[in-house]
Amino acid sequence: MEDKITGNLKLVEEPKKTLAMHPRKFGLWLFMVTVVMIFAALTSAYIVRQGEGNWTQFDLPMSMWVSSVLILISSVTMHWALVSAKSNDLEKVKLAISITSALGVAFLISQLVVWSDLVADNIYFVGNPSGSFLYVLSGVHGLHLVSGVIFLIIVLISTFRYKVHSKNLTQIQMCASYWHFLDVLWIYLFVFLLIYH
Amino acid sequence: MAIADIHVTEETHSDGHEHHDEHHGNFWTTYVFTIDHKMIGKQFLITGIAWALIGGLLSVIFRLQLGFPDMQLEWLRPILGEWITAEGKLDAEFYLALVTMHGTIMVFFVLTAGLSGTFSNFLIPLQIGARDMASGFMNMLSYWFFFASSVIMLISLFIETGPASGGWVIYPPLSALPQAVNGSGLGMTLWLAAMALFIVSSLLGGINYITTVINLRTEGMSFSRLPLTIWAFFITAVIGLLSFPVLFSAALLLIFDRSFGTSFFLSDIYIGGEALPNQGGSPILFQHLFWFLGHPEVYIVLLPALGITSEVIATNSRKPIFGYKAMVGSILFIAILSFIVWAHHMFVTGMNPFLGSIFMLLTLIIAVPSAVKVFNYLATLWKGNIRFTPAMLFSIGLVSFFISGGLTGIFLGNSAIDIQLHDTYFVVAHFHLVMGSASFFGLLAGVYHWFPKMYGRMMDAKLGYIHFWLTFVGVYMVFFPMHYIGIAGYPRRYYSFTNFDTLNNFTDLNMFVSVAAILTLGAQFIFLFNFFYSMYRGRKATTNPWQSNTLEWTTPVNPGHGNWPGKIPTVYRWPYDYSKPSAKEDFIPQTIPFSETPESNLPHENDMIKLETDSDQKVVVVDEK
Repeated sequence: MEDKITGNLKLVEEPKKTLAMHPRKFGLWLFMVTVVMIFAALTSAYIVRQGEGNWTQFDLPMSMWVSSVLILISSVTMHWALVSAKSNDLEKVKLAISITSALGVAFLISQLVVWSDLVADNIYFVGNPSGSFLYVLSGVHGLHLVSGVIFLIIVLISTFRYKVHSKNLTQIQMCASYWHFLDVLWIYLFVFLLIYH
Repeated sequence: MAIADIHVTEETHSDGHEHHDEHHGNFWTTYVFTIDHKMIGKQFLITGIAWALIGGLLSVIFRLQLGFPDMQLEWLRPILGEWITAEGKLDAEFYLALVTMHGTIMVFFVLTAGLSGTFSNFLIPLQIGARDMASGFMNMLSYWFFFASSVIMLISLFIETGPASGGWVIYPPLSALPQAVNGSGLGMTLWLAAMALFIVSSLLGGINYITTVINLRTEGMSFSRLPLTIWAFFITAVIGLLSFPVLFSAALLLIFDRSFGTSFFLSDIYIGGEALPNQGGSPILFQHLFWFLGHPEVYIVLLPALGITSEVIATNSRKPIFGYKAMVGSILFIAILSFIVWAHHMFVTGMNPFLGSIFMLLTLIIAVPSAVKVFNYLATLWKGNIRFTPAMLFSIGLVSFFISGGLTGIFLGNSAIDIQLHDTYFVVAHFHLVMGSASFFGLLAGVYHWFPKMYGRMMDAKLGYIHFWLTFVGVYMVFFPMHYIGIAGYPRRYYSFTNFDTLNNFTDLNMFVSVAAILTLGAQFIFLFNFFYSMYRGRKATTNPWQSNTLEWTTPVNPGHGNWPGKIPTVYRWPYDYSKPSAKEDFIPQTIPFSETPESNLPHENDMIKLETDSDQKVVVVDEK
């Protein structure tokens, strides 16, 4: 939506942009597309491979449910941080981002618990591809989550420097988009594994 | 809200000014760790040329083996060392390494990074009217990831067990087991590491190209006014963004299979009677993953060349491009089809014949947009006021290869005929014409055409003509006989044919091909001389040497960082107003408003003048977002 006011004043020197999306935000979305493609490839490889038979069946460890709950809560706290930033409540932003980071770390730890539960069930990384795929999916997602936690810490530092507020939301918005994306990605992987394990 | 947005606009604007001041950098910031898209484009070009030379030399070495199997190659020992056997012959495993590295280098390092990397970087900001890429830093990273990848790939050429030798498609189990071939040891590890870095570089570049095209176009540069080069680079970047991550996944799983003992692609393998522990893997799965990238990769290589050709042909025919919208539509259609035809590389893997028929049908549909493009090129040339510049000749050469190589694609796309032709020299002939040579000619056309913008000097046209004719005739002499050799059943990647009676009767033809290949490579040195000589000693260029319409020719001869010294020009018309009836000159640049050309305006363009005067007033535009 554009608002045109004609007059003699010249306030905006920049030429009108044809599309008004922030380039960095747009770049982030494109990055998320590449991540989607990585997991699309891995999960479709999973289905194709499973269709060929010789596939070890096993139950998913209960700790995966814990992981999922943790990451879902972290999305809520992330949103809380964003809302607080919009209303310039920086103390709450700091708190919310700290909790989100902590939940992110907790998620990573719970994934390690998942791995040790799998090992206890005699499902190893080396062995039938059904197990190997599980480790790869959770591992690659985990790596992305590490990058998400680093992003959160960067936002936290900017908050302490008063660079995050209602007039300067780009960074925290990008962080929130990425974090929710990682959350949705995990839920997708979890549901996928529940159906096809 | 509005205030906040104005604040943001000011911030980005002052950013632009900071870059201006930064321009007076030292050697390191200007030539090495530069964030100027023009210099990064040149970095890609020079690196690409170096790789093209290496890739070409490798091909000549294996052509020597194929054309002259009895030749004494002792004289190559100073370069190849132990790869020349005691009898003075090329080592058979090194032959496999040569074809593998030739393919990898040409497809990825020359025709992807050297072509897209050069021209997307160089032309996108210049032709859409932007000061630089959306993120100069990411752009710099993109080049340096590519450079790191190049270094690793280059090192792999010199290790004792040799570089990867399983073919550029690296099918497991061949590529997964060092016992299979020497190159699958350290060479393959380095190949995978280099390609992982290459993918990161491509993705960083691609994200930047797409973001820039969508968000940083100058005022008036709507999508329907974009030059076809930009359309091609844009769609190429989208294809890369969707397909390279899939190759990354495949490479990741292969790395786990090779180094961690998993069994994604390995199963039931016996070496010397001993069974490997790997159970339950599927080598076909790798082929699916690989070709899901591999086929779009063909268009990543080809589309930029087609875009460059559109621009060069329209400019030098002094005619508007025929069917602009059909051109854009066919690029889009090709891009979509490229993702749903990958299994035509796998017709003989034992896939369901019904599935094969579907992939055959989809494959043959690609002929439709391709034919649209060819028709439009020819219709643009038809009755044009043609100027045969070297760039124009190379573009016409591209159209020729696109036709002759494209026709054989129709045969190969048939799942039944493919049983005979699969993995023969017919395939080699097909893709070297339609993808290899065509894209290579697009690259050369681009260099000849935009050299004045890159270095402020002209390349020598006479040397360009000699280079063109030698290369054009040479390419046909190399690849045309290969069709016959292929139909006769010569398989690709065979070290020697002399042991097979049935294959012996084409020895003379193979010899002919090899001689032609050596001559064609030799002709490239004319180009190299012309390129580097003209860079320093060439005739000084004028601002618009080809009398072209696009925005890059409105910059100074040697544009600084930021491209335009003053305000960024605004765009009022499409880029193909050549030889417009009753216009004063035979070209009208995109920056000329319709109000200045009343004599040549069409009725609907006269209606647009009113809109122009509206927007020429001091208008306050506030983005409400």
